[in-house]
Amino acid sequence: MNIVVLVKQVFDTEAKIVIGADGKIDDSNVTLIMNPYDENAMEEALLLKEKFGGEVIAVSVGAAKAQETLRTALAMGADRAVLVSDSAIQPASDDFAAAQALAKAVSELKPDIILTGRVAIDYGSKIAGRVAEILGIPHVNTITKLEVEGDNAVATREIDGGSEVIEVPLPAVFSAQKSLNNPRYPTVAGIMKAKKKELKTLTLADLGLDATVTGKMQIVGYSLPAGRKGGRVIPGEPAQAAAELARLLRAEAKII
Amino acid sequence: MIFELSEDHQMMRKLARDFAEKECLPGLEERDEKEEFSRELFAKMGELGFNGVVFPEDYGGTGADYISYAIIVEELSRVDASMGVTLSAHLSLGSYPIYKFGTHEQKMKYLKPLAEGTALGAFGLTEPMAGSDASGTRTMYVDGGDCWILNGSKIFITNAYYADTYVIFAQSDRSKGHRGISAFIVEKGTPGFSFGQKLKKMGIRSSATYELVFEDCRIPKENLLGKEGEGFKIAMNTLDGGRIGIAAQALGIAQGAYEAAVKYAKERQQFGQSIASLQNTQFTLADMATQIEAARLLVYQSAYLDSAGKPYGKQSAMAKLFASETAMWVTTKAVQIFGGYGYSREYPVERMMRDAKITEIYEGTSEVQRLVIGSQILKEF
Repeated sequence: MNIVVLVKQVFDTEAKIVIGADGKIDDSNVTLIMNPYDENAMEEALLLKEKFGGEVIAVSVGAAKAQETLRTALAMGADRAVLVSDSAIQPASDDFAAAQALAKAVSELKPDIILTGRVAIDYGSKIAGRVAEILGIPHVNTITKLEVEGDNAVATREIDGGSEVIEVPLPAVFSAQKSLNNPRYPTVAGIMKAKKKELKTLTLADLGLDATVTGKMQIVGYSLPAGRKGGRVIPGEPAQAAAELARLLRAEAKII
Repeated sequence: MIFELSEDHQMMRKLARDFAEKECLPGLEERDEKEEFSRELFAKMGELGFNGVVFPEDYGGTGADYISYAIIVEELSRVDASMGVTLSAHLSLGSYPIYKFGTHEQKMKYLKPLAEGTALGAFGLTEPMAGSDASGTRTMYVDGGDCWILNGSKIFITNAYYADTYVIFAQSDRSKGHRGISAFIVEKGTPGFSFGQKLKKMGIRSSATYELVFEDCRIPKENLLGKEGEGFKIAMNTLDGGRIGIAAQALGIAQGAYEAAVKYAKERQQFGQSIASLQNTQFTLADMATQIEAARLLVYQSAYLDSAGKPYGKQSAMAKLFASETAMWVTTKAVQIFGGYGYSREYPVERMMRDAKITEIYEGTSEVQRLVIGSQILKEF
């Protein structure tokens, strides 16, 4: 069974976002990690490989630095990795271009199963659906369970107030929810072996794609959200203070 | 000269940090309070390959370098200094002498499970009358024909009671001084080998420390480590490397306290402003950061020399001396920045300050490190 896992390099969840002098987000002092939901996708792929055999290939689109994230995937147990890196794409935010590049890279790998995280925590992109649409195959989002039976897969996905069980023919794309599994740590041995595994870097031209996949989106500018204002203490006896709070919520905040 | 960690080293740091924060941090305060050793965490580290990180794959290790090892001990200690010393004592003291001086059979039998993480190691050198001066060893051994017979006791033994394999130093003839010392591998459960008092400690309270007692303890002939009379050399060689582990532990403690202090200084409001905006606080934080960075360079330098097979005794003594004094200074200042809260057990800097103190004492006190460095530099001129 060939399994492709789409992984994205993102800012550490505790990273402080800084806008540099050039008006762009400055990532020079930021720890970059594998998108946490993609770790769940990696874990599921490795579990499937342990059960059915085959190959796990990690694929990413990103800057040259995204190699680090692919090395992490290799250290966790992926067999090889492919990075699509091209200065023409702004992969972090341009989902359209990223999905085109990923779909093309993936189609050449002929996978039975494609896994990825349900969302990238940086720009909130959800790539699973886009990739599946381009490839013309089914996708199931936000899965919490995945079982493969022959040429079909049964996935359980989270929906409002419950869960839904969906059967799809393979190949198909699945996006992982946190509760799907508990991602393993890479091991020291895995880290040592990772550098000996194949990590191929491809440009758009290598994939036979041209600039038409990019340029649908233009970033006009970045700004940070306004800083949080300090809280307000309402003085006085509890009963009066509560009454004053209720009045303020009605009169000033207009939320009750 | 390259002053940047390789991609591998960065991945090791991330792995060790994730492990420390996700696995060691929960329950840490309780383990400290109850002086509880966690064999379970030690086993989990073994699964990740920490426990034999520097040893060859043939002997159950992962063949990584000493910088990787230093980074792992540093990251564990940044969160949990007890776990840091557990690993350091296990690897540098309990396992390394078997790797360096053991026969192939001894390595297969003892080093492999130690490196794989199924066995825990310890090192028994210190005695009531033999601390910094190892030649004062009074644990005696005699040749019993088909075995060696050990009598005596050891104190302050890290990982003891829980450890499966002990490297023990004993004397054949006190008139021979350090030339009469030999090293032996002793298994837990050997008749005549028992444990005395558990040591109640100021810091690193979830690391186990016990006395060892040998009463006509008979151990197989093949468990002599190295040759007879080589014990002192084995001990000194082992301690050179052990200093890197403790230096890395001290570095991690300092880093943890520094990060806590910066975070708190930015949050804590006094006189209508954060205390981080006061120049006095900034100066303290700047000194902390600078000392930690200097300590880190010394620690990684000595680890590099060790991996490269170059002499590192002086550098590891410098690293251990400087990193441990940095840890003590930084944690003391961190408690000061926290003020009354820093003295309370509700914040981690109180524990970090208690944990830091031991790094100036064990595996060669600061005074002994200065002796080692002093005698080395005088030889160089």
